[in-house]
Amino acid sequence: MPTPDSAALAGRILEEEEVLSLERLSQLCGARASQLLAFVEEGVLEVLSPAPPRFAGTALRRARLAVRLQRDLELNTAGVALVIELLERIEVLERRLGG
Amino acid sequence: MEFKDYYAAMGVARDATAEQIKQAYRKLARKYHPDVSKEPDAEARFKEVGEAYEVLRDPQKRAAYDQLGSGPPPGQDFRPPPDWASGFEFSGAGHAGPGEEQQFAFRGDASEFFETLFGRAGFAGARGPRPRERGEDHHARVMVDLEASLEGGARTLTLRVPEIGADGRPQLRERTLNVKIPRGIQAGQHIRLAGQGETMPGATQPGDLFLEVAFAPHRLYRPEGRDLQFDLPVAPWEAALGATVAVPTPGGVVELRIPAGSKSGTRLRLRGRGLPSQPPGDLYAILQVALPPADGEAARAAYQAFAAAVAFNPRAALGV
Repeated sequence: MPTPDSAALAGRILEEEEVLSLERLSQLCGARASQLLAFVEEGVLEVLSPAPPRFAGTALRRARLAVRLQRDLELNTAGVALVIELLERIEVLERRLGG
Repeated sequence: MEFKDYYAAMGVARDATAEQIKQAYRKLARKYHPDVSKEPDAEARFKEVGEAYEVLRDPQKRAAYDQLGSGPPPGQDFRPPPDWASGFEFSGAGHAGPGEEQQFAFRGDASEFFETLFGRAGFAGARGPRPRERGEDHHARVMVDLEASLEGGARTLTLRVPEIGADGRPQLRERTLNVKIPRGIQAGQHIRLAGQGETMPGATQPGDLFLEVAFAPHRLYRPEGRDLQFDLPVAPWEAALGATVAVPTPGGVVELRIPAGSKSGTRLRLRGRGLPSQPPGDLYAILQVALPPADGEAARAAYQAFAAAVAFNPRAALGV
């Protein structure tokens, strides 16, 4: 049964306003910190500062995608990195085709 | 309820080895994973395969499932036997470590069959009812029109939210939210709604809700990050001689100068007229030279005069 909230909820754009700590990012992805650090090492995720590791809000989408791929496809870290690179290349090519 | 043939779902024999089941899962997961698949029914198939694998990968669950045989005859309702699963222990049998979100994409969306047989604890790594201070964060993807980002404003979004029903089983609830879309949000970015995640009985604080934004296709503009592109048709003489033409931008019509000697595919930038992000994106007009039809006496004469006046071989690069 839909229950519409009367007043519009105001949100914030996570990517623009937040710097994420390793703990926060791992909470948001449901992943272990060590798993995320492995993604950093592989170049899947970028850190703003290495110690302590802090991430831009924009890292969230990639981190969640990486965690999903690793979990569901049972890939190793290098495999995740390759899949994400290829997915991004496909996205660029599809856009060029006028998608 | 409907009996699920997990062996059929994974395309393996009933006596398949653990290794064969794993191989079959990997193959199907690669084919149907919603993040990589272009198959039309990818998401539904992936959930089906994930659910089957969750049972068949686990020796305890598989043995219990095998006791059911191959189910009732087609069309007949399945009821679990009264002594179902006696002697089996599922809870905590998952392969995930503590605190890991190792459950599959179908979490909260498993079939009635799975839920009845294995319950919520059947999910690998599913969290037990241990008390927590804060409800879980929820994530959802939402599709909005581009104008929502260009102008900001409230949109009504319908989400499907997994939650624990009165009977202790997860179920999906339709939830309609009226959300103010932040101006300048880009595809792939998340709107964070504090306190709109899971509310747990006993938890003092609800989790947050994160909405990943995607844009519905727009009549004119194609977003790319904070920038927008659109195709701008120009007449051959406008492209060749240069011109100033009216172009639609999200903020209204502006005059754009086309430099002389432009070609199809030339990208002209209108700085700051993309999405109103911080900093604002740019708008790119991609020129498309449009040929006027030679459908009147005057137009035909003009084409003929042009051909006579200009020595032009469009195929010179082909060597002919």
